[in-house]
Amino acid sequence: MIKAMRYLYGAPEKPSGFTRRRFLKVVSLGAAGFMIGCTNKPTTGPTPEQSGTPVATGTPASSPTPATGDEDALNAFVKIGTDDTVTVVIKHAEFGQGVTTGLTTIVAEELDARWDQMRWEFAPADASRYANLKFGVVQGTGGSSSIANSWNQLREAGAGAKAMLVAAAAEAWQVKPEEVGVADGKLTLKDGRSGTFGEFAASASKLTPPEKVTLKDPKDFKLIGKPLSRLDAASKSRGQATFTIDVEKPGMLMACVAHSPKFGGTVKSFDSADALAVQGVKEVVQIPSGVAVVADSFWTAQNAVRKLKVEWDNSQAEQRGTEQLFAYYRELAEKNGALAKDTGDLAKAERDAAEVVEAEYEFPYLAHATMEPLDCVVELTEDGAILSFGSQIQTVDQANVAKALGTTPDKIQIESVFGGGSFGRRANPPSDYAVEAAHIAKALKTRAPVKLIHDRTTDLRSGFYRPMSFHKVRGTVDKEGKPNSYFQRVVCQSFLKGTPFEGMIKDGVDSAMVEGAANLAYSFPNLRVEAHMAEVKVPTLWWRSVGHTHNAFVTETFFDRLCVEGGVDPVETRRKMLAEKPRHLGVLNLAVEKAGAAPEGEGKGRGVAVHESFSSFVAEVVDITMKDGKVVVDKVTCAVDCGLAVNPDIVKAQMESGIVFGLSAALAEEIDLVDGEVKQANFDSYPVARMPVAPEIEVHIVPSAEPPSGVGEPGVPPLAPALANAIHRATGKWITKLPLKKEGLV
Amino acid sequence: MEKIKFTVNGEAREMEVDPAKPLLWVLREDLKITGPKFGCGASFCGACTVHLNGNPIRSCIVPVSAATDKEITTIEGLDPNGEHPLQKAWEEMAVPQCGYCQSGQIMSAAALLAKNKAPTDDDIDKAMAGNICRCGTYPRIKQAIKNAANAG
Repeated sequence: MIKAMRYLYGAPEKPSGFTRRRFLKVVSLGAAGFMIGCTNKPTTGPTPEQSGTPVATGTPASSPTPATGDEDALNAFVKIGTDDTVTVVIKHAEFGQGVTTGLTTIVAEELDARWDQMRWEFAPADASRYANLKFGVVQGTGGSSSIANSWNQLREAGAGAKAMLVAAAAEAWQVKPEEVGVADGKLTLKDGRSGTFGEFAASASKLTPPEKVTLKDPKDFKLIGKPLSRLDAASKSRGQATFTIDVEKPGMLMACVAHSPKFGGTVKSFDSADALAVQGVKEVVQIPSGVAVVADSFWTAQNAVRKLKVEWDNSQAEQRGTEQLFAYYRELAEKNGALAKDTGDLAKAERDAAEVVEAEYEFPYLAHATMEPLDCVVELTEDGAILSFGSQIQTVDQANVAKALGTTPDKIQIESVFGGGSFGRRANPPSDYAVEAAHIAKALKTRAPVKLIHDRTTDLRSGFYRPMSFHKVRGTVDKEGKPNSYFQRVVCQSFLKGTPFEGMIKDGVDSAMVEGAANLAYSFPNLRVEAHMAEVKVPTLWWRSVGHTHNAFVTETFFDRLCVEGGVDPVETRRKMLAEKPRHLGVLNLAVEKAGAAPEGEGKGRGVAVHESFSSFVAEVVDITMKDGKVVVDKVTCAVDCGLAVNPDIVKAQMESGIVFGLSAALAEEIDLVDGEVKQANFDSYPVARMPVAPEIEVHIVPSAEPPSGVGEPGVPPLAPALANAIHRATGKWITKLPLKKEGLV
Repeated sequence: MEKIKFTVNGEAREMEVDPAKPLLWVLREDLKITGPKFGCGASFCGACTVHLNGNPIRSCIVPVSAATDKEITTIEGLDPNGEHPLQKAWEEMAVPQCGYCQSGQIMSAAALLAKNKAPTDDDIDKAMAGNICRCGTYPRIKQAIKNAANAG
């Protein structure tokens, strides 16, 4: 079960270790909603071979240069136009990670197409054809899995489409298929005859897709491995890209909501007279999550919602503040937790050691704070609805919205558009804001399409945070000073508990809480990791790199601490204790080599961290200068091993992005509560990284022939611990609490 | 409601509108100019940046009345073909990730380059500090601004 959950977050660490592929299976339980469980039987996942039927049109508006001519579908992923354009159907959400370019590249490569003839469009919501193969029969994006799960599928789709074009040309030319050559988007014969893909698309689409295809030898790749420019760069540099906030529907109304200031609060009563008096307000409706104002303009709705007088029933709501919660977490941390990992003999190692090093770590709730506030457009239909938004987990969104509307998931269509950032927030087991938009549309007396936008304060206070956590840690070193035991007790909320994903918590351990610690890479002879699931009513969620966000910090800073205790070099000791982990070692060595000599001088410090997440390996070397007691990050040198880099420039961009994101959180991000209410309201009180704090970043990619793994998240985890290790080097102070602002270092 | 006249991207406009309505929402909702984005509604993030008589402003907090008889330029009006040196540099550097903040970033950068043909790192930091990019594209933005300055 724990392994099965990895499919949700990302690839299993050692896929080859499975004798049979295990699949998550979605089972409809009627009123109980969807349940995602685990089965050893392969489900009927889509393959290009099975999907010979034409593909429904996605959302061409989002494609910067949609195909103009008629198109023929060769399989679920490849459409070829009479104008010779090739359109790749993108089953994943694009919120910056570059999948629209990366996935299109994979098809173009196997198809031997010209890059300039490639187009793309978002797939409709249809898990029978567009499931994430790591999630089972669930269409969705997450766990840095888009390229990894699509790799074989899209290579086969491209190769299959090529074979069909070849067969069609061979038939027209009355030759054997082997005689037809394909290169640069052209079909050719030795006698000089040639044709375009567009010329043969119609006849090819009538053929039966091949059962088996031959994939290229990677040494023949022409596009994969090249830094092709992003297909969405032009539209996003010209203000032409379509996000949810830009979606227009005839007669559409704008909605804003009032939520209880306390999590778990409900509406007792409300007075809407003042809100309704605002010119432009159409209706005020009560919905399960609060009260919504619907108006002809967002600004009007936002103003009117502030005039609502709502009395909340907070009797069942969370009343504790951050201080009380940490006190509760500390109390839990004194007791034994559920075992996530236990090897060797920890008790003996601690008994035999000259000294046991102990530490306690505290990390706050964090908001995703996407630049585009959460928003969703809902248009009701006869028997369901059309949703237009940056959906990240279409199948779950369909199920939740269907339940809210009293219909079935197949009646919920989703038109995907660009997401203005996500970092995990848009893949939400309860589909909070999509369900909310659906409830509003349903509650209106006059039917109209509704665009719900959470304003920034609503967005920051809507919950679904990276959970706060408390960690009790102990370690020992042997006579040579080498670390030889490690104990970590994690206290954290489980965000899977109480959701359709609950079935994946095993024996009191939610693997999202302990990932990165329970599978610690270092060869500790004695290792124990325990977990406590804290009960708090603040909704929490995965946040870019999930449990690795806190566990990499704890493990990588405490490792340095043990090395310092033992009087051994942290980098050299990492090398020794990673001797059996070639990919960890590869990135560590490359990052350290490229970083060169550590800067010396007043206030200078260097820290190193290496961490695996989502089957990718990243090491980061952080150089800092302490100026007047404040930390300035001068440079980050990063090395990544993500298997074969489909687009090295996008891999680098994702590392840069993860580094700045990790730095932002480490410096100053924190959601804290007083009496159960969130204090932060906007970017003044929730400060995120701005240009002046962004360091120089250098990214190096380890050459690899392994299948590609993800890059959206793995750049985040090593940053904060490497930074903390650098601060220790410069100041002698160990950092055990984030953000650094709390410690007066920012 | 009031009759307000201004010029947007070179085109004269006259409209009946609540004078207190923020310029951002007049552009987005009434004129369907959606390049400028809503991020915070309080001038903290810069996603809504447009030029008012050449100066960068946060259109989410500027009432439309403040634009009376003035010239507004949005990302859509920066260059007729979307080929302003900054836009070309943005594409070449593959700056955008999610892309939501980039209209505002480019408008802030354009205002900087209009006044300072060869900005230093420090000049760029100061001019761009009001624009948040949650994807962390700052190093590429900085390089793209320098490339555009060199190309210009």
